[in-house]
Amino acid sequence: MKKILFFLLLLPSIASAVQDYYHFDSLKEQNRFNALTSQLRCLVCQNQNLAESNAPLANDLRNQVYEKIQQGQSDQTIIDYLVARYGDFILYQPPMNVMTIGLWFGPFLLLILGLGGLIFYIKKRE
Amino acid sequence: MNLFKQVRFALPFILFLFIVILLMRGLSLHPNQIPSPLMNKPAPTFSNDFKGHVTLLNVWATWCSACAEEHDFLLQLAREKEVILMGLNYKDNPKAAIRWLKQQGNPYQLVAYDPTGQIGIDWGVYGTPETFIIDKKGIIRYKQLGPLTQEVWEQTLKPLIQQLQNESL
Repeated sequence: MKKILFFLLLLPSIASAVQDYYHFDSLKEQNRFNALTSQLRCLVCQNQNLAESNAPLANDLRNQVYEKIQQGQSDQTIIDYLVARYGDFILYQPPMNVMTIGLWFGPFLLLILGLGGLIFYIKKRE
Repeated sequence: MNLFKQVRFALPFILFLFIVILLMRGLSLHPNQIPSPLMNKPAPTFSNDFKGHVTLLNVWATWCSACAEEHDFLLQLAREKEVILMGLNYKDNPKAAIRWLKQQGNPYQLVAYDPTGQIGIDWGVYGTPETFIIDKKGIIRYKQLGPLTQEVWEQTLKPLIQQLQNESL
C-alpha cells in the first residue's frame, strides 16, 4: 500500500516534467499549449494525447504546437495544420460528418430505443 | 402480442449474437492504420521529382527494424524496374544511413534526407516504414503502412502501379 501511494505521489511530477521543458511568455500561451496538446491524439500510442506521450513523434508534434503558438498562430490554424497531415483521427473530439454521424447520434438512438422498450414493458404490466 | 411473447425469450440470445458479431468484426480491424488525408492530393514536397513517372516513395531509417525486414524486397523491386524507387531517410544519422546503403545495397534512385522529421510530418508519417505510391502527375494514390512484402506487392501495389503506368500524363 505504501509503495502504491509513493508511486501516486510521483505521477504529478511526471506530468509537470514535460511542461517545464517549454518556456512561455504568458500564462495564456501556456494554457493554450496545455489545452491543445491534451486534445490532440498521439498517433503512435493511440490512447494517449500529445501532452502525455513520450513517443518521438509526439515530442516532434508538441514542438510544432509550441513553435506555432510562439509564432502567434491561432488554435484553429494549428489544428487545421495537423488535421491536413494526419486526418481527423488526431482529434480526440471527432468533427460531425457523414463518417462520424453514427458516433455522435448512435448513443441517443440506443437511449430512445431502450426508453421505448422500457415504457412499452411498464405500460404492458399495468 | 402473442408473437412478441413467443420471441421474447430469444431476445437476449439475439442481443448476444449481435455483440459477438460486433466484437468479431473488431478483431479484424487495424486501428493503427490511420487513413491518410493526403490520399489523392498532390505530394507535399519534391513535386518536381515525381513528374512524368510513377514513383514508390519509401520512408525508412536505420533504427527501424521493420525497415530492415523489407530491405531485401526493395532491392528485388529495384532489379525488376517496374517503378522508380525513391527513399526518404527519416530522423536518422546521415553516416549510419550511408553506411547502411553501402553495406546492404541501395534500392533507391534518389534518397532525400529528413533529419528533423519535418518532411515526415508534412507527409503525415507516424510509423516507419511507410510507402507511398505517387502517380505521373505527382498525386499521392496509395499509402502502405508497415513493411512491404511479396504478398502486398502482388495483391495491391503491382496492379495499382500497372494501372497508373497506363494513365496518360
